[in-house]
Amino acid sequence: MRIGVVTFPGTLDDQDAARAVTIAGGEPVALWHGDDDLKGVDAVVLPGGFSYGDYLRCGAISRFAPVMSSLIPAAEGGLPVLGICNGFQVLCESHLLPGALTRNDSLHFICRDQRLRIERTDTMWTGDFTDGQEIVVPLKNGEGCYVADERTLDEIEGEGRVIARYLEVNPNGSRRDIAGISNARGNVVGLMPHPEHAVEALTGPSVDGLGFFTSVLTSLVGTR
Amino acid sequence: MIDTVQHAIDDTDHPQPYAELGLKLDEYERIRAILGRRPTSSELAMYSVMWSEHCSYKSSKVHLRQFGEKAPKTDALLVGIGENAGVVDIGDGWAVTFKVESHNHPSYVEPYQGAATGVGGIVRDIISMGARPLAVMDPLRFGPLDAPDTKRVLPGIVAGVGGYGNCLGLPNIGGEVVFDDTYLGNPLVNALCVGSMRHEDIHLASAKGVGNLVVLYGARTGGDGIGGVSVLASETFDADGPAKRPSVQVGDPFMEKLLIEATLEVLHAGLVEGIQDLGGAGISCATSELASNGEGGMHVWLDRVLLRDETLSPEEILMSESQERMCAIVTPENLDAFLQMCRKWDVEAVVIGEVNDSGRLTVDWHGERIVDVPPRTVAHEGPVYERPYHRPSWQDALQADTPDSLPRPADGEQLRATLLNMVGAPNLASKSWVTSQYDRYVLGNTVLAQPEDSGMVRVDEETGRGIAISTDCNGRFAKLDPYAGAQLALAESYRNVVAGGAIPLAVTNCLNFGSPEDPEVMWQFAEATRGLADGCLQLGIPVTGGNVSFYNQTGDTAILPTPVVGVLGVIDDVDRRTPMAWGPDGELIYLLGDSRDEFAGSEWAHHVHGHLGGLPPQVDLERERLLGEILVAGSRDGMLTAAHDVSDGGVAQTLVEMALKSGVGARCWVPDGVEPFVFLFGESAGRAVVVVPRSEELRFTEMCAARQLPAHRIGVVDSGLGADAGYDAGEQVLQFSDQFTVTLAELRQAHEATLPAVLQT
Repeated sequence: MRIGVVTFPGTLDDQDAARAVTIAGGEPVALWHGDDDLKGVDAVVLPGGFSYGDYLRCGAISRFAPVMSSLIPAAEGGLPVLGICNGFQVLCESHLLPGALTRNDSLHFICRDQRLRIERTDTMWTGDFTDGQEIVVPLKNGEGCYVADERTLDEIEGEGRVIARYLEVNPNGSRRDIAGISNARGNVVGLMPHPEHAVEALTGPSVDGLGFFTSVLTSLVGTR
Repeated sequence: MIDTVQHAIDDTDHPQPYAELGLKLDEYERIRAILGRRPTSSELAMYSVMWSEHCSYKSSKVHLRQFGEKAPKTDALLVGIGENAGVVDIGDGWAVTFKVESHNHPSYVEPYQGAATGVGGIVRDIISMGARPLAVMDPLRFGPLDAPDTKRVLPGIVAGVGGYGNCLGLPNIGGEVVFDDTYLGNPLVNALCVGSMRHEDIHLASAKGVGNLVVLYGARTGGDGIGGVSVLASETFDADGPAKRPSVQVGDPFMEKLLIEATLEVLHAGLVEGIQDLGGAGISCATSELASNGEGGMHVWLDRVLLRDETLSPEEILMSESQERMCAIVTPENLDAFLQMCRKWDVEAVVIGEVNDSGRLTVDWHGERIVDVPPRTVAHEGPVYERPYHRPSWQDALQADTPDSLPRPADGEQLRATLLNMVGAPNLASKSWVTSQYDRYVLGNTVLAQPEDSGMVRVDEETGRGIAISTDCNGRFAKLDPYAGAQLALAESYRNVVAGGAIPLAVTNCLNFGSPEDPEVMWQFAEATRGLADGCLQLGIPVTGGNVSFYNQTGDTAILPTPVVGVLGVIDDVDRRTPMAWGPDGELIYLLGDSRDEFAGSEWAHHVHGHLGGLPPQVDLERERLLGEILVAGSRDGMLTAAHDVSDGGVAQTLVEMALKSGVGARCWVPDGVEPFVFLFGESAGRAVVVVPRSEELRFTEMCAARQLPAHRIGVVDSGLGADAGYDAGEQVLQFSDQFTVTLAELRQAHEATLPAVLQT
């Protein structure tokens, strides 16, 4: 399975996402922001970082990159897409996911090992987890506070589209402790913490993050 | 009106503002002698910045020579002192380059941007060697934690370090946060970067090949940081002085990220003959150094420089310290490919000059010659001072004022109270309020990061080969005895690297001192430099480069002499690293080394009694080397579960940090013949606490005995002590037999509350 990893100017975690794909058993394919060719990949990861320096608004400029002009319709057509951190912000700016990510309530950038609860296992990116499974992955963001109006929050809760919630500490003030959400179809997932940094015992606080990458491979081969 | 060379010849007695630019009269006269006329205003600008203390090392040069003269013989050094950064062979065809630099004065004036651009500058030093940056570290020093100005300076500096480094995508893996009265009004912001490359990718800053082109690329040149070098770094802050804010540069980490990617791409494509970053002294520094190191001649069309502000004068363009700029020497055939790669990364680039063999650096501004100088006289033949120095008049009295008569805790209950007080002392308390603002995960190769002894990163994903780095300095020890203090800083940094299981290879330093014009400060500098050079020779690890920061004082009060020492080590396989957290129940806790009654300069004397006097702990570098060999062997042969250096706060602090990191309690005892207080809080050097599985105990202790390293069993990991000690059964406690018991929860509260209580707003 070929998983595309997009590099925007200022993307930082693209190597990490590619490594995670490899460890999960997939083949990472580098996609360039300035090229609208998705190279026939089976899924796409929008990795973390500070694309365009977070200038204007996180993800606001990347959303107009040529690669997004292909990716947005492909995602609407069912292509699995995982946006991590800055990638989540890009997905919100692209209106593939509702809501927005704003400045942490502490006003500080925060890097910590974060406990999460997986709330949904019927998306393309979470199928290998068990319902309610608790995992620990790194969280690192300055603008990770998930916000949406109450009606939207009720709607995504009602549709079961909250895929992960912060446990023990809400590190950034996110509404309803939301760490990640999906679209209605379950192929597009945005996640503020960084599962790609928790794929090796040597460098991560756990290997819990691997589940997101194996999940998409599992769902793609249809063995689920 | 533009001051041309012709004009300087015609109007030779025109008065010039050399003093305002930081030049002394004799220095100005020397420039006139070199040129045989008065300098043009552009030439004066160039000489003034390049001959500033910060760029020319004029006060320190005669002392720094020792690092070369006393360098131990080693095959590890691929590029030595003098380049942007030294390069060390770590095996398997890998090379590593690392360096630390100060950004003290800008960070006091404008904490966020000062600290941010400090990170940016050191990262450009590393990429200009051809290396991909792997990680950064930041040794920071502040006034007292509760001082109002610390609350202004510290959050800004931390946010700046994080804001820049996080956005650049470099993990921050360690550093220091130290508080002392003398840094109030003169905080220290040192920034370290380490990078790796294959041997064949090493690049040097020289302009070779007549006819080759000089390309300036990166951010546009603006009015920021003009005169920053001479005005900010080379003058003591004057309490009544004018605000110096406009001299501080403004950083753009996004541009730096693009600059890194573009630079590495053009280097790997073989499109670059020589390369230099633009930092202090901007275009003046880059062009004169490149020319001086290469064919000796260069011509520059200064009006081609892309500007942010079209009204800048040529003098300002030459002096501007706008960030995120680089200068490359490119052959005419490679120019198109070079420019294309820059365009790919949205980086602007323009040819501003050409290499020639004239032996002169010439600069034109719209067809008029404004600079015509021998480049070596600008870059490398600046003034050298033999500053007078003498032992301070107060040194003997300071050393005579020992801590021996300070009241000490007398029983278990007092020891317990002292421990809880000490673990919450600003210098010993948890620094996670600071380090949680730094990304330690990015790039996915961080194996150890703060609060571990060293930062360790994987360099080669196939083999697991990696490096470890630590930076250390106890300025109080250096004040008591600068020679020994510098060696103690070296010893601690060395120990932190070996504690993780890495073999030390090389040393960098950042020598932060007061005014070199004060003979007593100059003595501290001379002694510290001599101590460090002798120490490196004895330990067999060369100094590969470093940085000197003088004038760290406000009025007459100099900072503690602060020779920050960074040691780099290599580890064959990062999988074999030794972390600081101990393992499961039953593992044995050993103290390696000798514990003596040494409290002068200790954290206990400082925090509990506000006392500084006496002689610092004894230095025994042979012992440090032996300890290192044992710790590396223990890691390599799988004999150790954990190891942690003993330094500030003594064995007590070491045990508390290990327990808190693992979350598991332990039963400990005081070895025979040592007073409990001395055992717990003394700061004798050459010690580490290690944790050994029972199955390895015999092998390990026999190794120590055979090598004659004292090893005392001082405890056992035990998660089941709570009930016996009168707590809930599951409660984790640290118990010191016959003395006291304390819960990890109490220790954690004391250890973690200090910084947030003051800084959380």
